[in-house]
Amino acid sequence: MKFTLKIWRQKNTNTAGKFVDYQISDVNSDMSFLEMMDVLNDELVRKGEEPVVFDHDCREGICGMCSMYINGRAHGPKRATTTCQLYMRNFSDGETITIEPWRASSFPVLRDLSVDRSSFDNIIQAGGFISVNTGQAQDANSTPVNKEDADLSMDAAACIGCGACVAACKNASAMLFVSAKVSQFALLPQGQSERSERVLAMVNTMEEEGFGSCTNTGACEAECPKEISISNIARLNRDFLAASIMK
Amino acid sequence: MKYSVKPLFSSTIGKKLLMAISGLFLCTFLVVHLIGNLQLFKNDGGFAFNVYSKFMTTNPLIKTVAYVNYALILLHVFTSLALTIKNKKARPVSYGYNNAKANSIWSSRNMGILGTIILVFIVVHMQNFWYEMKFGEVPMMSYFEYISPEGKTLSTQNLEEVAPSSYGTVRQVIVKDLYKEVTTEFSEEALLVLLYVIAQIAIGFHLWHGFASAFQTVGINHKRYSPIIKTLGYGFSIIVPALFAIMPLYFFFIK
Repeated sequence: MKFTLKIWRQKNTNTAGKFVDYQISDVNSDMSFLEMMDVLNDELVRKGEEPVVFDHDCREGICGMCSMYINGRAHGPKRATTTCQLYMRNFSDGETITIEPWRASSFPVLRDLSVDRSSFDNIIQAGGFISVNTGQAQDANSTPVNKEDADLSMDAAACIGCGACVAACKNASAMLFVSAKVSQFALLPQGQSERSERVLAMVNTMEEEGFGSCTNTGACEAECPKEISISNIARLNRDFLAASIMK
Repeated sequence: MKYSVKPLFSSTIGKKLLMAISGLFLCTFLVVHLIGNLQLFKNDGGFAFNVYSKFMTTNPLIKTVAYVNYALILLHVFTSLALTIKNKKARPVSYGYNNAKANSIWSSRNMGILGTIILVFIVVHMQNFWYEMKFGEVPMMSYFEYISPEGKTLSTQNLEEVAPSSYGTVRQVIVKDLYKEVTTEFSEEALLVLLYVIAQIAIGFHLWHGFASAFQTVGINHKRYSPIIKTLGYGFSIIVPALFAIMPLYFFFIK
């Protein structure tokens, strides 16, 4: 397969970037998108040019490191798929593929396609944990959990924090991420003791980090590689309202 | 866990709550306004519409609610401005290629543009009818009220001779003929009719997203009720603006 790649090149956070076109041929249709990028970088290095910087780690769709905006969509055109799990057979031969970094003031570009997602870490550090002394492991069913709640909590906990929700949102809002991280605890008995404090701390940090507001377009849910539901955002709204009034 | 309680409306979630509540109130206003205006279609020379207009402009409760309504329109506008400014700041560099239609509907991404069209319409609409009624020259008309010896209004009639004398005292009431004002404006001004129809289309698209969105913002997302709310919203956003749009079209083309 042959492709024209239109890739965003940016030296660092403080300089302006621009698109640069690259031609790539002999791409195997069973290569992953990142393998295709590796091949491109290999060619660039051989030619003595700077390789394209992009984030990646596990390459099996669970770490949340890969982060490209491909042909106008976060993680590319395939539903519920991270960039590393996207294969070149999902593109047509000869196609021009536009590749950009996540664009949000809270995710400054470090270089090329790599962005700094520390703002997510700051939100987690504000309240995405349980600060109780757990002691020894309990008996398996000593704390009863409703099966439906356990499932919803697990669904929320599937969030890998990649930032596709922010990237896809027209307002660069982090509401889907924050709502997933609040919900995974709010749905379980272990999360109850700090439920109000958590939602206040995490939402306040989200606001300070400069993310936009949620306008319920549903773009985040549609682009999320882990298909986190926006019903979590409704839960976050409820919890935040209750905590703001009661605390 | 370190936390602080900030004023609810300083957060974007709090501001969205203001948007949702004021928006839903404005939806109920639309229904009341529509039901009243449907009397324009009564073939009675404007009698029913004028009696209704007099009630709406003189009843103290209605007057109070009207001012609440104006305040909520302003709140809706200024809150959306504050949110839009924050949202624009959140993405200073836009995408070179963004395929947004793959993940969201057009109306959800263009609430601001739709809202601006609606705001322009509201200003023109208030100037046309509200300002004209309060400060302009409006033709007058009269109807008759039949009052019992105890001072209760028994009935209002278009013509004096219709009522039997057993109804008690007859009183002639002179009011502004808003029916005539509305119908002459609509039958003569083609551009105005066009603006009204465009505005109703904008309201339709605004509500197509806004109605259900307001429930999500106040925290209502339920596997059984949310689909019902969505369907209700779609029905509301078609039926209400369509009925409003028929009014100027009816007087321009038919009446």
